[in-house]
Amino acid sequence: MVALVAIVAVLLIVISAVQTLKIAELWAINKGKVIYEVTKKQNKTQALLMLVFLVAYFAFFAWQVWKWGDLMLPVSASEHGVITDRLLNITYAFIIPVFVITHIFLFWFAYKYAYNSNRKAVFFSHSNKLELIWTIIPSIALTVLILFGLSSWNEIMTPVDSEKEHVLIEVQAQQFSWNARYAGTDGKLGRAGVEFIEGVNAMGVDIKDENSKDDKIVRGEIHLPVGVPVQFVFRSIDVIHSAYMPHFRAQMNCVPGVKTQFNFVPTITTEDMKKITNNEDFNYILLCNKICGAAHYNMQMDIIVESKEDYEKWLAEQKQFAEN
Amino acid sequence: MSATHHHHEEQDFLFKYIFSQDHKMISKQFLITGFLMGFIGMVMSTLFRLQLGFPGESFWAIDFFLGSWAENGVMAPDKYLALVTMHGTIMVFFLLTAGLSGTFSNLLIPLQIGARDMASGFLNMLSYWFFFVSTIIMLISLGVEGGSASAGWTIYPPLSALPQAIPGSGLGMTLWLVAMAIFIASSLLGSLNYIVTILNLRTKGMTMTRLPLTIWAFLVTAILGVLSFPVLLSAALLLIFDRSFGTSFYLSDIYIGGQVLEHSGGSPILFEHLFWFLGHPEVYIVLLPALGITSEIVSTMSRKPIFGYRAMVTSILAIAFLSVIVWGHHMFVTGMNPFLGAVFTFTTLLIAIPSAVKVFNYITTLWKGNIIFSPAMLFSIGLVSTFISGGVTGLILGDSALDINIHDTYFVVGHFHIVMGLSAIFGMFAGVYHWFPKMFGRMMNNTIGFFHFWITIVCAYGVFFPMHFLGLAGVPRRYYTNSEFPLFDNMIDINELVTWFAIVAAFAQLLFVFNFFYSALRGPRSSQNPWRANSLEWTAPVEHIHGNWPGEIPEVHRWAYDYSKVDENGEYVSGEDFISQVVPLGPNEKDGGH
Ligand code: HEM
Ligand SMILES: [Cu+2]
Ligand SMILES: [Cu+2]
Repeated sequence: MVALVAIVAVLLIVISAVQTLKIAELWAINKGKVIYEVTKKQNKTQALLMLVFLVAYFAFFAWQVWKWGDLMLPVSASEHGVITDRLLNITYAFIIPVFVITHIFLFWFAYKYAYNSNRKAVFFSHSNKLELIWTIIPSIALTVLILFGLSSWNEIMTPVDSEKEHVLIEVQAQQFSWNARYAGTDGKLGRAGVEFIEGVNAMGVDIKDENSKDDKIVRGEIHLPVGVPVQFVFRSIDVIHSAYMPHFRAQMNCVPGVKTQFNFVPTITTEDMKKITNNEDFNYILLCNKICGAAHYNMQMDIIVESKEDYEKWLAEQKQFAEN
Repeated sequence: MSATHHHHEEQDFLFKYIFSQDHKMISKQFLITGFLMGFIGMVMSTLFRLQLGFPGESFWAIDFFLGSWAENGVMAPDKYLALVTMHGTIMVFFLLTAGLSGTFSNLLIPLQIGARDMASGFLNMLSYWFFFVSTIIMLISLGVEGGSASAGWTIYPPLSALPQAIPGSGLGMTLWLVAMAIFIASSLLGSLNYIVTILNLRTKGMTMTRLPLTIWAFLVTAILGVLSFPVLLSAALLLIFDRSFGTSFYLSDIYIGGQVLEHSGGSPILFEHLFWFLGHPEVYIVLLPALGITSEIVSTMSRKPIFGYRAMVTSILAIAFLSVIVWGHHMFVTGMNPFLGAVFTFTTLLIAIPSAVKVFNYITTLWKGNIIFSPAMLFSIGLVSTFISGGVTGLILGDSALDINIHDTYFVVGHFHIVMGLSAIFGMFAGVYHWFPKMFGRMMNNTIGFFHFWITIVCAYGVFFPMHFLGLAGVPRRYYTNSEFPLFDNMIDINELVTWFAIVAAFAQLLFVFNFFYSALRGPRSSQNPWRANSLEWTAPVEHIHGNWPGEIPEVHRWAYDYSKVDENGEYVSGEDFISQVVPLGPNEKDGGH
């Protein structure tokens, strides 16, 4: 019944719209208009709307920055993240003016040069000089961006020097949870593979490998010492996942059959970040950022950054693999 | 009426409207099919926007459209992914590849180069029918057990390979792959036809440098398609093997559903390389026709030659060339060699140069023009705006060091919808408004067109601009809801606002639908050259006739952009502000190098 009424209502609306339009057109024809030509008045209105839109668009942009600016990620909690953020700001400094200036020209010209029968458009079909200028200027700007970008990229992707003090953690993804394994006192991760998965050994660590014995498997959260480089090794046992740690400006895919890596130095403890963000409940997180199945939207693990002493205390409490 | 006569008429109907080999009819078939798919894709997006804006709330509309995919009016998490996947697939391939290229390449190539039809009308017909079959299979896949494909439009294995991983990777995924294989065949048939036609069937005097920019764009698009779609086909075939015949191209070391799979030795990264070797050129396959269409419209409606014709052509070629060597920018965080990442950053950022040139040339074309704001012109100006707004954020995403932190977040969703989705759809709308008289012999209503444009552009930015902020706050894409993370709790306002804009945008498209059908059936009849344009299609009669021109095909004597050309005394050379391509040069007229 409701459906029937709805259908009839829609039909009536369409029919009345058709009739209204038809009448409007007949009326215009009666007044001697070529009805599909854009009238002078319409053209003026549209030109004016160009300006209105320009202003409204910029206002909307500014409003969003003002309203949502402080929802953005807080200062970077990793060493390389500072480089990332600086590069982002350099890029903004380049693209926001480009965005603003080109839009001003676009909509201003559209407004200014609206049709006027007393004027002739200028036949201006090319100018090698102009075209050269606006090929060269972006080229220079881009060279700068590319150079900055590549040097930052190299810095970020350089692996941790294995001779130096560092923490080695393997993170394993699966639908829809994370497991982590610390390398233990020998600083080496034992062999692991899907063929060893059995019962409690969810990470598939090879018991026979000597290096495995002192490895420490943790679930639910990982702890990191502030100021010490952390070398992550990522694995997945089913589909592709992605380990995303936005506060550290860090992300790496977890790919079944392939080991991937990422490293960073945490610089701000969880406690300090609570103060910086003015949020008692603040917690660093690791979340999944590659579509991986129905519960992709809820695949997370907490990260706690603390002083080296606290970290070592926590680690000492974790059981070695051999003890399980 | 005798029986045989009747039979004859039926046959006529069948060959005129259904199995037509006439490029003008095939173009309309592509348009209608593409728009229908686009409409479905849009409804899907509105539904999943409801879920994102109001997570977990029950909606009548969700219940009505989704049925068993949504219990009590709340969609299931895996069905959210199914919708997103099908939305992306439909929009990119069915609306903006087949719908856009299929419509306008078919309509305009023969008419603008001065040919009686495509090189092969039969292959052209096949191209449409392959597309049609692919459409049907894709739609059927929505109703099968387990649901449609749900692994994202990028269908990365192992997720797409294993039904254990997500229900949509069962029969739904098989049908997706079959549909896409047929789609690719359709695309190849079409593209080869376009290329051959443009290269071989130009009328006398139509040199390459006299081609309208539309044709250049269609030509380069077709070449890109021929180069890259076969790679997607091979990627899909290997995936079919992995799924159905136990091979291990993409699979290795997998433990799922309590057991270790036999597959070993493959790599999902291989699939990503193959996919993006098509995937990135694909965004230009979507975009270039829109750029060609709007170049033509901006020039015509500004009553000015397009500025820097040769630079425009060079930019199209440069963009196309670069677009096949940048695919790795989708894979910066897959663990690929950092040196490779550096190379891809370099090539990617280079694309900004020809893109910037195009933008500056558009803007200079407006400068000192005499602009008529037809709805087509509005959408063309809109395209320049979206191309800029979405293009500049590409400099962030293309920079590997920055991409680490925003890869796969909503920043990406905002970026590609604006630069590719909006630009291409604006180009498509512009094309329909502009060439509607060529298709249907009638004109669309301007007033409705004005409303359609302004509501659409306002809502479009309202939907996609805020997404950048979500992304910068670390919100991942392809999430069923953001409510599981305290971190994202205060994002709910943004999500609600976006959803409201999306709903209004969707309803605003009904204005277009109404205008389209009303005008096609009852709109005012068009004159032969309603926009007073130069290009060749406007010399053909309004009524569609087989072969396009009665009698001889006109000869071409100049390029398509002699608008407002004046002589030494400042008077229009032709007495009007345009000179058709078929008009020979005057005795004292310079040809401007074309
Ligand atoms: C009606 C307007 C549209 C709205 C409201 C909309 C909204 C969205 C949203 C919110 C997503 C992301 C969902 C998620 O990641 O969880 C999405 C994905 C996508 N959309 Fe749209 N969209 C619209 C139109 C378009 C158009 C015109 C295109 C054509 C390029 C398009 C192509 C895509 C693609 C390729 C994806 C990615 C699908 C995936 O993640 O696998 N959309 N859309
Ligand atoms: Cu995951
Ligand atoms: Cu790309």
